[in-house]
Amino acid sequence: MTAISLKVNGKAVSGDVEPRTLLVDFIRTNLGLTGTHVGCDTSQCGACVVHINGKAVKSCTTLAVACEGAEVTTIEGIAKNGKLHPMQQAFHEEHGLQCGFCTPGMIMSSIDIVKRNGKKVSEEVIRRELSGNICRCTGYHNIVAAVQSAAEKM
Amino acid sequence: MSDTGIGARVLRKEDQRFITGKGQYTDDINLKDQTYAYFVRSPHAHAMIKSISTTKAKKMPGVVDIFTSKEVEEDKIGGLICGWMIHSKDGSPMKAGPHPILASGKVRFVGDQVAVVIAETRTQAKAAAEAVSISYSVLPHNVDAAQAMKTKAQVHDAASDNRVYNWSIGDQAATDAAFKSAAHITKLNIINNRLIPNAMETRAAIGSYDAGTDHYTLYTTSQNPHVARLVISAFHGLTPEHKLRVIAPDVGGGFGSKIFIYGEEVVCVWASKRIGGRPVKWTADRSEAFLSDAHGRDHVSQAELALDRSGKITGLRVHTIASMGAYLSTFSAAVPTYLYATLLSGQYNIPNIYAEIDAVYTNTAPVDAYRGAGRPEATYVVERLVETAARELKMDPAEFRRQNFITSFPHQTPVIFCYDAGDYAAALDKALEMSDYKNFAARKAESARNGKLRGVGFSAYIEACGIAPSAAVGSLGAGVGLWESAEVRVNAVGTVEVLTGSHSHGQSHETTFAQLVSDRLGVDINSVAIIHGDTDKVQMGMGTYGSRSGAVGMTAISKALDKIEAKARKVAAAVMEASADDIDFKNGTFTVKGTDKKMAFGEVALAAYVGHKFNSSEIEIGLKETSFHDPSNFVFPAGVHICEVEVDADTGLTKIASYTAVDDFGTIINPMVVEGQVQGGVAQGIGQALIEGCTYDKESGQLLTGSYMDYNMPRAANMPLIENFKLGFTFTKCPSNPLGMKGCGEAGAIAAPPAVINAITDAIGVREIAMPATPLTVWNAMQPMKRAAE
Repeated sequence: MTAISLKVNGKAVSGDVEPRTLLVDFIRTNLGLTGTHVGCDTSQCGACVVHINGKAVKSCTTLAVACEGAEVTTIEGIAKNGKLHPMQQAFHEEHGLQCGFCTPGMIMSSIDIVKRNGKKVSEEVIRRELSGNICRCTGYHNIVAAVQSAAEKM
Repeated sequence: MSDTGIGARVLRKEDQRFITGKGQYTDDINLKDQTYAYFVRSPHAHAMIKSISTTKAKKMPGVVDIFTSKEVEEDKIGGLICGWMIHSKDGSPMKAGPHPILASGKVRFVGDQVAVVIAETRTQAKAAAEAVSISYSVLPHNVDAAQAMKTKAQVHDAASDNRVYNWSIGDQAATDAAFKSAAHITKLNIINNRLIPNAMETRAAIGSYDAGTDHYTLYTTSQNPHVARLVISAFHGLTPEHKLRVIAPDVGGGFGSKIFIYGEEVVCVWASKRIGGRPVKWTADRSEAFLSDAHGRDHVSQAELALDRSGKITGLRVHTIASMGAYLSTFSAAVPTYLYATLLSGQYNIPNIYAEIDAVYTNTAPVDAYRGAGRPEATYVVERLVETAARELKMDPAEFRRQNFITSFPHQTPVIFCYDAGDYAAALDKALEMSDYKNFAARKAESARNGKLRGVGFSAYIEACGIAPSAAVGSLGAGVGLWESAEVRVNAVGTVEVLTGSHSHGQSHETTFAQLVSDRLGVDINSVAIIHGDTDKVQMGMGTYGSRSGAVGMTAISKALDKIEAKARKVAAAVMEASADDIDFKNGTFTVKGTDKKMAFGEVALAAYVGHKFNSSEIEIGLKETSFHDPSNFVFPAGVHICEVEVDADTGLTKIASYTAVDDFGTIINPMVVEGQVQGGVAQGIGQALIEGCTYDKESGQLLTGSYMDYNMPRAANMPLIENFKLGFTFTKCPSNPLGMKGCGEAGAIAAPPAVINAITDAIGVREIAMPATPLTVWNAMQPMKRAAE
């Protein structure tokens, strides 16, 4: 077992983990934050995306021990003072989700896409950069619309 | 229309928990003292199990116990069943082989579960599963539907030629005669490619046994928890229904794959008692999902269309071989028969139809209903034939369709269904207008200037959903009735709880069902709660599939609301000292005609519960009503989809240049939700047409497309740009339910594949191309013409 300390959603957390423990398992099992999902076992679907030091990362392919001292943000940590993040609000307003399973990863990836590409991010860029997030319900139409809408407000 | 009533674009009430990470999916639930299950699966497509040794594995760290078919048989746990009996045309019943929850004596596909390891952690269970030693004697296998009746690989003793049934529908002699006198015959060999549903949440289960009450609880990823409870009680014989609670909490998509009762879920709930009552949790890896979820489609057909000199269709004839996989899954037998061949008339007036279906066993995962279930396969046959015939007759494909459309209703087809209402020409006209069909030639020329080949394809689909009248499906072999139930509980303060047997796993019922209640009772939509997915709360239900939750599930709610309104009128009349006939109810207020007396709905609810102002021997206390609604007919959504593609001649890469969908769903409760259903369905149809295909290796019987590295799921960039994806609606009221609703959940997946393939064949000038039309397939298809041109 290895002791780790990091910040998750602004709070200091620590734990003893096996060196092979994946960040997603640490988040879901040790911290009980079940908003971050596991949808595949090949790092393709993106349901597990969180932010590590502000960047979107697939937590199913990250070792928990590699996050020593890091600042991790999950879907549970992006609303501030009871106010939804503009990306969450946009997914709601644009009907960017149906079953909701891919949604946390989609939102976390989308925030990063807008941060890197700015308010004027094109539809083509959004679609290309969402290639690491799979949704089976929506056909992506309203997800892309949500990202465009949020981009203007972020 | 109020801003939250029927027809309003109400934002979803369920969103809040999903966008904040507060959803509760099965794997998010952890019970005290729970253990973890991991299944040992067959690495062979077909083999006898010679011996199983668990001795070494049982000594591994954390292992609680390991079970095989031996323990299942000790406890007399029955096998999985197929709930639909099909008889062959010679009258013999379908040949159903055994389907144990853990393989017994023999494995029949790669992934067949042989043993279950239960341990303190998932990692320990997985590690110990590696140490279970199974000795197999490998048998010849077959994974190919077309070869199943010719192969030596016999999957079940019950079916010597692997044929489950040989079923037919329609008048063979009359159809043959139509072909004999035809002026033109269009023939196609059609393969409907096998697909893997891939709901983003994999299947999961937690089984829990309480020795104190001799009661079981199963949390599971189910589209129909009551059906799961019924089957586990009645057929697996685990325990009677009143001692089993099945909870399907938030479920992350289904698309059909979570209708069925699978071995793993039954094992979890059974094993919990075997290990002394500790809960047993199992969550499928995506790899397991690929191997063991029921797959979809997998048809091989020879289809023909007979036409007279004027281009009128006079007959349709088809022979289809449908793979069932290695076992008959819950509803599998119905899919290539009553959900497929009954739709072969499409939107067309076809006097003679004959279809013959051979359902066959193969050494592959079971095949069952996947979004559309039979209707996409039928639409693909009809719309590929119709488009090809139009081209052969040098007629415009839109006008060819129009001259063959059914134009008067009701219309009895030669294959059971009686279409009740529709206006197919209206959808065609609207789709032609929205897609700017008249200027297609100019766009084609523009594409050519950019080095691209542009094509246009049509799909005029019809489907039958709102499944289904119980007596009718019973006469066709169904083991269950397909009604739906609802209970409406009005609380004393006037808020409303609706308990529904429908199950939402993305369909937005918490919003759309609440819109109906808000509309009818005039209560605030936020004062309405929709409760589903728990057999201890909801009286009974048949669940969600076959686009039935609107037409059947909401109708049950509507009927319960009728009773609520009638009772509330009586209460209001008594309190306001008027005759019930003099009570008006509008916008949530009861008034006495011709007076200024009025009561709000909430005041009447309170009066109903306090019982001070009426005689409780004449009017019962309380305001709670139930209804079981059995539909009188299927519902028949229909529409016209038009796809334009651009093909890169150098690479074979196909881009969806534009997609126009015009659908008639009857009454629409929430256009935002319905548009979302169409967009998602079309995406799955585009996926089938362009990139998705489940492939088993013929030599080894291994699943080659067993992960997202190999099975190509549609990504955002595969879909048309927002401005190029147009949705429109036409309206004919459905006469068989009071709301006038049809169903919208499957239409996109039904309509899209032929629209896309018709567009590709148009673009590159070939008659046939296989799905998925990958760049390699398209490029290869173009080579003969390129060579001819050189």
